[in-house]
Amino acid sequence: MKFTEEHEWLREEDGLIVVGITEHAATQLGDVVFIELPEEGIEVTKDEDIVVIESVKAASDIMAPIDGEIVEVNGALVDNPGKVNDDPLGDAWFFKIKAADPSQMDEYMDEAAYKAMIE
Amino acid sequence: MIIRTLESGAKRTRRRDNDLRRTDRGGIASAHLAWVSDAGPDTRLDLNGKGPEMTDLLTLPLNALHEELGGKMVPFAGYAMPVQYPTGLMAEHLHVREKAGLFDVSHMGQILLPLSADAALEGLVPADVLGLKNGRQRYGLFTNDSGGVLDDLMIARRADDLFLVVNAACKDQDIAHLKAHIDGVQPVTDRALLALQGPLAGAAFAKLVPAVADMKFMDVVQTDWNGTELWISRSGYTGEDGFEISVPNDQAEGLARALLDIEDVLPIGLGARDSLRMEAGMPLYGQDLTTEISPVEAGVTFGINKARRTGGDREGGFPGADRILTEMTDGAPRRRVGLRPEGRAPMRAGVPIFDAAEGGAEVGVVTSGGFGPSIGAPIAMGLINSTVPEDATLYGEVRGKRLPASQVELPFHKPDYKR
Repeated sequence: MKFTEEHEWLREEDGLIVVGITEHAATQLGDVVFIELPEEGIEVTKDEDIVVIESVKAASDIMAPIDGEIVEVNGALVDNPGKVNDDPLGDAWFFKIKAADPSQMDEYMDEAAYKAMIE
Repeated sequence: MIIRTLESGAKRTRRRDNDLRRTDRGGIASAHLAWVSDAGPDTRLDLNGKGPEMTDLLTLPLNALHEELGGKMVPFAGYAMPVQYPTGLMAEHLHVREKAGLFDVSHMGQILLPLSADAALEGLVPADVLGLKNGRQRYGLFTNDSGGVLDDLMIARRADDLFLVVNAACKDQDIAHLKAHIDGVQPVTDRALLALQGPLAGAAFAKLVPAVADMKFMDVVQTDWNGTELWISRSGYTGEDGFEISVPNDQAEGLARALLDIEDVLPIGLGARDSLRMEAGMPLYGQDLTTEISPVEAGVTFGINKARRTGGDREGGFPGADRILTEMTDGAPRRRVGLRPEGRAPMRAGVPIFDAAEGGAEVGVVTSGGFGPSIGAPIAMGLINSTVPEDATLYGEVRGKRLPASQVELPFHKPDYKR
């Protein structure tokens, strides 16, 4: 699992990269009440805002961490945004992306480096 | 992940998301938590664990207790204040609706005036101060010459003085304004202010101070607790029964601990205070009330008492009376409305309101908005042109998309006061 400085996690699964936000980010955001996901099938560019997430107290964007195609989004989050607080590292993934350039993953942190950053 | 400005408070700027993102680059995600009008300049929460920028903030008597309770401290009007506790905003909000919660509102301004200042105070507010009975409190507004609002406040008449409570962000300005017109203005700097709110607040507080059981909504008393004089009003800012309690600084922590020791009472942050007051349809100074919005437009004519209205015993005689009394008779150009967005997307302060899904005209702006935990859906209040029909569907433009919202009567959550 890799981590971005923007508090996203990336996990490789069946040739796709699954993306979510960290527990630290979910805690800081507070109770999530609204999520807007990208359309499946679109091509996205690294650092492009593709998800809107709003909590009771804050709104934020989630960026595409790498270039690629959005293959699948987690539609269940739209009806149940609170999942992000309950299980940010598991059920509450946001989207799966087919990486155009897998080497873009290399710049991201491992868990130990991420933990060091937030401490 | 970049966290954007939300309730942008007194210094509301319709910042484009991208501007903020650019300034926030460099790997540090920042949350702008400008909670309420008290928030003052932009306040940042650094998600990377270094905490909000808390330098040069003043601390209040309960600071150590908040930290012990795990309160997340953020800047509010120059003070470090708890925005939430580990319970979390949503659960804190629901707890106040169901049981009772304790808020620290010590950042607010407390001011004493001599009783003889009642007539002079009427020169600054459209409230009936002369007719206010001993032991009672009412809502007031400092108006300006153009009929806008400088601040809203509570005015209590007591045996020996008048006691005012004003908003934190406005208190210096309010004190200067009062001193310019009234002799003997005495800011109270040695007392903290707590609020105990919720359906079980009365029963809980009566365990410490039995006399409060007899108080009715908007009563005020000065009474003893543990050898200390408390100044208590039965009022609040949540739409629930409850009390605001002024307590000497050196007794504040003892009182707060005694209240928190009572079953059913939890500490509640200022984040839930904002969502509670929104559901109760109560205006927040700096957002729903400003120097540019008249009390008639804002729907707070309950702050303009009969004696001060057209045809009353002491008609007018407050700043901006011409505009305000004319608007009361002939109608105001804008009105404050409740809005229920149809989807799940919150419409926050600053969202422009249109009268059509495409094209059409911009007819207003959201002044307060977010998620209503007791409603289970987004709620908002907006200021719209009075020409808009009351049953018209309106459209808030959120991230470039017009989302439908229906106009609804305020409040979203009906208060249950002890009258």
